[in-house]
Amino acid sequence: MYFVVAGGGEVGYHLSKALLEAGHEVMIIERDRKRALWIEEQLGSVVINAPADEGRYQVQAGCQRADAVLAVTGDDEDNLIISQLAKLKCGANRVIARVNNPKNEIVFKAMGIDETLSSTRVLMGVIEQELPTGGFMPLMPLTGSHLELIEAEIAAGSPAAGKEVGALGLPEGAHVGGIVRKGAILHAHRDTRLEAGDRIIVFAPTAVEQQVREALFG
Amino acid sequence: MNVVIVGSGRTGAFLAELLDRSGETVSIVDVERSAFKRLPSAFKGTPVLGDGTDMDILREAGIEKADAFLALTQGDNRNLMAAQIAKKIFGVKQAIAKVNDPIRAATYRGQGIHTFSRTTILGTLLNAVLTGDKLIGPNLMRVAMQHDEELSAALPDPDR
Repeated sequence: MYFVVAGGGEVGYHLSKALLEAGHEVMIIERDRKRALWIEEQLGSVVINAPADEGRYQVQAGCQRADAVLAVTGDDEDNLIISQLAKLKCGANRVIARVNNPKNEIVFKAMGIDETLSSTRVLMGVIEQELPTGGFMPLMPLTGSHLELIEAEIAAGSPAAGKEVGALGLPEGAHVGGIVRKGAILHAHRDTRLEAGDRIIVFAPTAVEQQVREALFG
Repeated sequence: MNVVIVGSGRTGAFLAELLDRSGETVSIVDVERSAFKRLPSAFKGTPVLGDGTDMDILREAGIEKADAFLALTQGDNRNLMAAQIAKKIFGVKQAIAKVNDPIRAATYRGQGIHTFSRTTILGTLLNAVLTGDKLIGPNLMRVAMQHDEELSAALPDPDR
C-alpha cells in the first residue's frame, strides 16, 4: 500500500519506518529542513521538505494515488487542516488524523474527519483500567452528534456503588444506557441500584465527560 | 450584537476596541495574558484567558450567544479550526477567519467560512492606491485613517 505521512516528528518517523519495514511505500512531508534531511539519511528518498498544510505539496507527494493520508504532526489544528485539504484538494481515499487533545476527536468528526487516533485517550484507558477506583473509558464518539459512549466499572467503595441510577447526579444530557452485571445486560431504570463489579454504559455529551467521571468516582 | 474574538494581537485588539466603542458586547480570547495589554483601559468587554480552539474556553467566552465570531490569531490553521468550531458546532451565523495564505483562504471560502487574507486585502488596497483606483482606494483609506486618529486621540497625553 502507499501512504502519505504528513509530519516527520517522532510519531511520523517511527510510523513511516514501520510501514517501510512491512513492505509498504511511504512519502513523508516534513516542514523542517534539518529534520527532513535527517529522515532522508535514515530512511532514504522518502521525504519532501515542505509544509504539509499546503495542498500542492500533498499533490506532489502523490496524495491522489495514496491508500491513505496520515496527519500525524504534534499540533491538532495542523492535523485538522492537513486532513481537510487532503479530502478537499486531493480527494484522498482515506484520511487518518492524530489527535493530541482527546477533546478534539469530536471536533474532527464534526468537520468531516471520521478516523482519528488519540494516544492520550488510549493510554488513559489502559491506565484507568488498572486503577482501584474502577475503569472509566470513553469508548468512542458517536458519529453525527456531540455525544460519546463511555464505559465505567463500578468498584467496591466508589461513590456510585449502592446508589440508584437516578441518584448518581449525572450531568444533564447524560444517560445510563445499560448495566452489565455478571455477564448479563440489565436495563437501567431510575431505581436500579448499582452494585460493585457492575460495568455501566453511559451516553453523554462529550463536553460533560468530566462531570460524568466525578459523579461516578467522586 | 455579541461578538467573540479569538486572538488579542494587533488586529484582534484593534477590532475589539472599535466594536466596544460602538456599543457591541465583545469578549476576546488569548492564550497569553500579556496580549490583553493591547486593549485600552476603558475597554468594557471581557478578556478570556485560554485556547480559542477549546470548546470549553469558547463557551466561557459566550460563544453560545454570539452573533459573530472572528479568529484572528497568528496561525492560519488555528483560525480555520476555531472558525469551523464556531460555525459547525455552535452554529454561529457569521464565522470569520484570518487566513494569510490566499490559497487556503479560497479553499475554505468554498466551505462556508468567511476567510480574509491580509496578504490579498492589503496588496489589493495598495495596488488600488498606486493605480489611482477611485472606487476602493480612497474610501477604505479614509475610514482606516479616521480609525487611526480616533484611537490615538483616545490615548492619554504623555505631556500632561
